Amino acid sequence: MEPLRILSANWDKPNSASIATYLESGGYEAAKKALAMTPDQITQEVKDSEMRGRGGAGFPTGMKWSFVPKNAPKPTWLLCNADESEPGTFKDREIIEKDPHLLIEGMIISAFAIGSNPMGYIYIRGEFHFGATVLDKALEEAREKGFLGKNIFGSGFDFDITVHRGAGAYICGEETGLIESLEGKRGQPRVKPPFPAVVGVFGGPTVVNNVETIACVPLIIKNGAEWFKSFGIPKNTGPKLYCVSGQVNKPGVYEFPMDITLRELIYDHCGGILNGRKLKAVIPGGASAPMLTADEIDIQLTFDALMKAGSMLGSAGIIVLDESTCIVDAVWRLSKFFAHESCGQCTPCREGTNWMESVLDRIERGEGRQHDHDLLLDMADNIGGKSLCALGDAAIGPVISSIQKFRSEYEYHFEHKSCLPGTKRYRRLDMPVGSH
Amino acid sequence: MADLHPENPYAEDRFADPEKKLAFSPEAREKLEWILSRYPTRMAALLPVLHLSQEIWGWISPEVVLLVADELELSPATVFGVVTFYNMYNQKPVGKYFLQVCTNLSCMVREAYDIYDHLHEKLGVAPGEITGDGRFSFTEVECLGSCGTAPVVQVNNDYHEQMTVAKLDELMGRLK
Repeated sequence: MEPLRILSANWDKPNSASIATYLESGGYEAAKKALAMTPDQITQEVKDSEMRGRGGAGFPTGMKWSFVPKNAPKPTWLLCNADESEPGTFKDREIIEKDPHLLIEGMIISAFAIGSNPMGYIYIRGEFHFGATVLDKALEEAREKGFLGKNIFGSGFDFDITVHRGAGAYICGEETGLIESLEGKRGQPRVKPPFPAVVGVFGGPTVVNNVETIACVPLIIKNGAEWFKSFGIPKNTGPKLYCVSGQVNKPGVYEFPMDITLRELIYDHCGGILNGRKLKAVIPGGASAPMLTADEIDIQLTFDALMKAGSMLGSAGIIVLDESTCIVDAVWRLSKFFAHESCGQCTPCREGTNWMESVLDRIERGEGRQHDHDLLLDMADNIGGKSLCALGDAAIGPVISSIQKFRSEYEYHFEHKSCLPGTKRYRRLDMPVGSH
Repeated sequence: MADLHPENPYAEDRFADPEKKLAFSPEAREKLEWILSRYPTRMAALLPVLHLSQEIWGWISPEVVLLVADELELSPATVFGVVTFYNMYNQKPVGKYFLQVCTNLSCMVREAYDIYDHLHEKLGVAPGEITGDGRFSFTEVECLGSCGTAPVVQVNNDYHEQMTVAKLDELMGRLK
């Protein structure tokens, strides 16, 4: 299967982030076309395209938009989720840094479709300082051309965008955490319902869409829903950006229709495993996704196929681990991440993630107890589904799947007080962890 | 009163010094007014105003907390709560060059811990502490979203990708 150049069409061009480059490739034509349509027509087109959100949950975008009540007493808001913090995910950053106008055009169309008030926000993670600078410059260019501001394309529609930098918190990628953070608070997720589409930021109906999702909107408007559906398989449509990292020869962002298999992606396009070693495990959808073994990679990278296999496509952050990596060490590192990023609001997640991390740490230190894997599964059972947001569920994904699929490796640690021969622990146990 | 351990968030240096009063410069005030014009509430400007303050003063001291609280009509406790929630607000001073090594999974399997351990030995200070000459401090951080070009080290605002110990030494030699 050949890679696509649709979302990534402009990335290799010189000055790809400039408005001149974007206009040369037909930029802002879709926005012009959309603003002559009715909001309902746009929403219908996006519904017909069967596009599912690219942020992680895979919820149909058109349906999300249609939940926004008409004539709500408070203004409606469009927020773009550019918080990209899921370990293994780095696709939105490419769009932001290399083709920011695609995102801006998508926001204009989306805002018009949901009846947004004249201000939308791009919530970008604070560490993407360069990306925020690129976006600010692109927004300035768009304002100068009259694509943002008052009466865009003579349609009577007013819209502008502000780049809002986060400050380093994974949880702000969760949509209600993001909303709290945008309001100037600690990013602790809200109780749902009410869902953001009814009561979101500043008390108004709110749509939160991922960068890649919004970047697909101009393509759907320009080329039509049928064209979009010609990529991938039913219910899993469109061009998709896959982020491949870890122990492969050519890591990076790859664009394919949604029916490519994991094996093809790793071996035909990413140059196979580093140093010719054997594949051990793949995390297919960012740190939260349960891992797959080397025998499970003949699977299409779609939302539905991965869910059926007990994992998820998530944010399409594919982390490849080879035979030289100690699986307990890898899972410990992910658990450390979730323990650090738990917002502290719900007890099962706050306490459970830290406890899981310390049990995995003691197994790595050769102090594991005979039934520690069962203890971990028991903890997982008491975290999953018992907190307000999905962070707790995400944290148990790698733990449960690794114990199910690599149980003997855990048991080796208990018996021999060391990692499996030929596998490696990367950190030094005598080093203190970071102070952050 | 309980002992005030340095790591205790209620340690004495967490309280603002009444002698030290901070103020925004006219240029900073202009930026602040622009930020306020972009949001429907003053509170929503909190994160950007804290970023602005950190650019000016290098870290969020108790005096900065008071200033920002006053400016945005919030309680100091609210501001302090937000400062402690987010990683990027420095709650104590950092070196002129703040090196942040991502060690999350994709970077880890690309030997990020070698870089972290090397920094530890080379600088001779604990994570979060500043070297004697004030030039460097370092820490381990969670995923920076640069997994395809792992390992990554963030130096102040900039990403340095596909790092190795040798490349880091070369880079640090240039950071005066």
